[in-house]
Amino acid sequence: MFKSPPYLLQDASVSRVMTQVCLALVPGIAVYVWLLGPAILIQLAVASLAALLSEALILRLRGKPLALFLSDGSAVVTAWLIALTFPPLAPWWLVVVGTVFAIVVAKHLYGGLGQNPFNPAMIAFAVCIVSFPALMSQWPSQGLHLSLAEQANIVFGLMPRVDALAGATPLDALKTALKLGAESGIDVPALLANQDIYGNFAGRGWEWVAAAYLLGGLWLWLRGVITWQVPVAFIAALTAISTALWVYQPTSFASPFFHLFSGGAMLGAFFIATDPVSGCTTPRGKLVFGAGAGLLAYLIRVFGGYPDGVAFAVLIMNICVPVIDLFCQPPIFGMKDKP
Amino acid sequence: MFDLFKFKGGVKPPTNKAQSTTLPIAAAPLPARLAVPLHQSIGGTPRPVVKAGDTVLKGQLIGQADGWISAAVHAPTSGTVRAVAMRVQPHPSGLDALSVVIEPDGQDRWIERQPVDYGKLAPEDVRELLQAAGVVGLGGAVFPTHGKLTAAKSVPMEELVINGAECEPFITCDDLLMRERADEVVRGIGIFRDLLQPQRVLIGVEDNKPEAIAALEAAVRARGESFSVVAVPTRYPAGGAKQLIRVLTGKEVPAARRSTDLGVQCFNVATAYTAWRAIAHGEPVVSRLVTLTGNVRQPRNYEALIGTPMGELLAVAQPNPDTDGIIMGGPMMGFLVPDRDAPVVKATNCLIAHSDRLFPPAPPEMPCIRCGECARACPHELQPFELYWFARARNFGKTQEYAIFDCIECGCCSYVCPSRIPLVQYFRFAKSEIWAREREKNAADGAKARFEFKQQRDEREKAEKAEKLAKAAAAQAAKKAAEAAAAAAGEAKTDPAPAALDPETAKRATIEAAMARAKAQREAAAPRNTDNLSAEQQAEVAAIEARRTQAAVPPQSHPNGPTE
Amino acid sequence: MELLVAIAIMALGAIVLGAALGYASVKFRVEGDPLIDKIDSVLPQTQCGQCGYPGCHPYAEAIAKGDAEINLCPPGGMEGVQKLADLLGREVKPLEAEEKPPQVAIIDENTCIGCTLCIQACPVDAIVGAAKQMHTIVAPLCTGCELCIPPCPVECITMEPIGESLDNWKWKYPVVAILPAEKKAA
Repeated sequence: MFKSPPYLLQDASVSRVMTQVCLALVPGIAVYVWLLGPAILIQLAVASLAALLSEALILRLRGKPLALFLSDGSAVVTAWLIALTFPPLAPWWLVVVGTVFAIVVAKHLYGGLGQNPFNPAMIAFAVCIVSFPALMSQWPSQGLHLSLAEQANIVFGLMPRVDALAGATPLDALKTALKLGAESGIDVPALLANQDIYGNFAGRGWEWVAAAYLLGGLWLWLRGVITWQVPVAFIAALTAISTALWVYQPTSFASPFFHLFSGGAMLGAFFIATDPVSGCTTPRGKLVFGAGAGLLAYLIRVFGGYPDGVAFAVLIMNICVPVIDLFCQPPIFGMKDKP
Repeated sequence: MFDLFKFKGGVKPPTNKAQSTTLPIAAAPLPARLAVPLHQSIGGTPRPVVKAGDTVLKGQLIGQADGWISAAVHAPTSGTVRAVAMRVQPHPSGLDALSVVIEPDGQDRWIERQPVDYGKLAPEDVRELLQAAGVVGLGGAVFPTHGKLTAAKSVPMEELVINGAECEPFITCDDLLMRERADEVVRGIGIFRDLLQPQRVLIGVEDNKPEAIAALEAAVRARGESFSVVAVPTRYPAGGAKQLIRVLTGKEVPAARRSTDLGVQCFNVATAYTAWRAIAHGEPVVSRLVTLTGNVRQPRNYEALIGTPMGELLAVAQPNPDTDGIIMGGPMMGFLVPDRDAPVVKATNCLIAHSDRLFPPAPPEMPCIRCGECARACPHELQPFELYWFARARNFGKTQEYAIFDCIECGCCSYVCPSRIPLVQYFRFAKSEIWAREREKNAADGAKARFEFKQQRDEREKAEKAEKLAKAAAAQAAKKAAEAAAAAAGEAKTDPAPAALDPETAKRATIEAAMARAKAQREAAAPRNTDNLSAEQQAEVAAIEARRTQAAVPPQSHPNGPTE
Repeated sequence: MELLVAIAIMALGAIVLGAALGYASVKFRVEGDPLIDKIDSVLPQTQCGQCGYPGCHPYAEAIAKGDAEINLCPPGGMEGVQKLADLLGREVKPLEAEEKPPQVAIIDENTCIGCTLCIQACPVDAIVGAAKQMHTIVAPLCTGCELCIPPCPVECITMEPIGESLDNWKWKYPVVAILPAEKKAA
């Protein structure tokens, strides 16, 4: 018998970590369903199925134990994040393509669990938005109320993709409006106040989904699954730069509240940028990582070519992780007076 | 009343201490045979001073300390030495080492014990006494105590920290010692205080041992000492020397420095107790308190003789039938002893009967997800997951860059790891590989140096030989040349009569020259250190000299005397 | 004209760079060949000559010159080959000879006649003794090179593998639980 010390082990496991992440997403999903329709449930199911099947397939090809790795829950977390960042009425195959790419290429081709240098869900988003830009920016128009059956039919291609689907996210709408109105001198506060797509402080409906993510994220932090550094740095950086530009010219830049509660900001701050595998691990590194991601997300949103920048911001920061961690090694016990 | 500091990291495993504290300390029964390993402390292996067949008394020296960092070993009871041979060790390897096997005679007769009033002794003598009594750190590191009782010359000794924290789960031997023998612990601390002269003495005890704290406080008060008994928060590894020093003084001792360089020194309470027994009662360390717990029916603390086979000792606590192993030490830093016959040694503070029911096997290892739990749990603020990657890849240079030798192997990282990676095991592997490489490197360097030296020596010898040969050849040649020249000269003179005499005279001349040389040599070899001789000796020398000169004269006076 | 300018610029560049290189070769001149020392420090210094060179340093010289393969050193083992390959950027090759566990020479004291031949053969002065006196091997100094075995006229020297003891015991590489893939189990 060989057992190595310590013989006492805390009751912890990878699957427990992943389960808690999924649980923390539940409030956000609930609000999503409530305010924006149940289609997201279909997407979550499709993505989970695709993730598990592709994970099983590639595990078998790699000769790895199936039961052990399928039950760790990491594929499901990736799948859920993909479903939550894709348009809810996107065709099913788009979600499948994204998920399979995330699991097979972004995760397993780099060595599987714990080895991927990039966040798989964000790779899926990036790949799909580059490959299918039209489909990825078709968001249900505000006020479009469809039954679950109708939504399912749209997702599975049984109903034509009507014009009502060709809406945009609040961020996208704002960006387009600003671009169009660059000459005519558009006023952001007026825009936000008058258009139906905007809610109390950000996008209608979306603002409350984001708030629910915030809630779930705080719970994750309380449970010790994530640390405070990344979300705080992310939110602080996003707030800082958006406030600065908003104060400088409130007519052409949206308020920090709008940015914090729009698009993938909250999801990114608490669930995506906190991914330990592809993120920084040292406390100071996490601060740099979060701040960098928040800053880049804003820059891409406001000055870049895409409506939301969280995915690209996180991927860019993923590239920088090794060098950030190298320079952010904390001093060890007894060596604090020496740099 | 007392400002405590915090150390980072640490974990809170279930303490499991209550089971073994319900009963007082008991004496373990005398085993049928004791195997006392000679190497029981850090440093040199003591040399055996008994042989098979010798009878020994309890407390009699059986292993003489070898060097300053080494401590003596004594017979734990009276009896007969059956062998001085290789016996299995309480070590994860299950390898053998030199041990003294004693068959007890059952009388447990002591040697003559000599109590000492240490106040009258010089500090060096006290330290030597402690070494001779085999007093070592009983917290588990077994560093010879006398080697820690010298203050640094340049740094004033500020704090003496006494470690009664006992943070590992299951272990309660220090707790019971403090409860029942607090007075002697305090008096032992007094010895350390007198030798080190610190400004403050701080006794740290985890706050889950209120009885021990109360007993110590009472003992300190009764002795009128100024020691502070400090309750420290229960958090593993608060009982690690460096962590306790940090908690009590705020000082952080790095791996590369000695704590005395920071003006602080740390001893275990049990060490203080044995030091007092050694000085004031003349009793060397022949037994220690051992917690018997885990999967047993009667968990309790026993005073067990060093050398008692672990299986035999554990049987006293009645292990449950599904016990399948013995853990020496606690469940965090201890190890499964590969052989039940391994003896109790000075480092054995606890024996835990192991069963899979009590310590379920770890679930299968998963890949590291870099969650950083280990880094947050590490009391030395290392990055265990980074160390793990490098140790796993056998990139030992990198493990050293990430300060692997600052790792105290406390097991916090493995305890919290959600992927169930045996992190500590990787670190132990990496450390012992690095040490092995260092040994190999040193051996290779030594071999190289000796090889180069031998080569130089061979070359020098060759050169010397060649020179000698060349000289001899030259001398030969010169002689021949000289003879030829002499012959030529003789011919040149063309005097027939001397020419006829020539061989004779030449020979005589050579002989005379040889004699002269011999005489010169004799004179040169004459004793020169004749200055401080007595008159008698001088007379003798003079007589010998006289004989020599006499003996030397005749050949000169009779040129034809010798052969021919 | 432009042609001339171009030529002039190139010529100027060549002169400047040439001067810099010339200066550097004087300024940063390295005495001896550092590569040989680096190779030598990888070799195990048993001085056994099993590589066909009289000692580790000559072998290192030969490797540095490119005369010798890197897989000729049995005491260094495959690990040594790997290190040399890393150092020199050469390809790893299987060891020429069989890899042996570390060993130490033992002199049978009853048979030894005290001829001193082994003492002369020992490259690292690990044998002590005098003429007509029994010899003995200083085990910690012995590199296990076996050079003392052939000269012994009475064949009293044997090689013993160095056993594991508490002094040289090492923690093993943690056993990675390799679970069988389920298709194999099925």
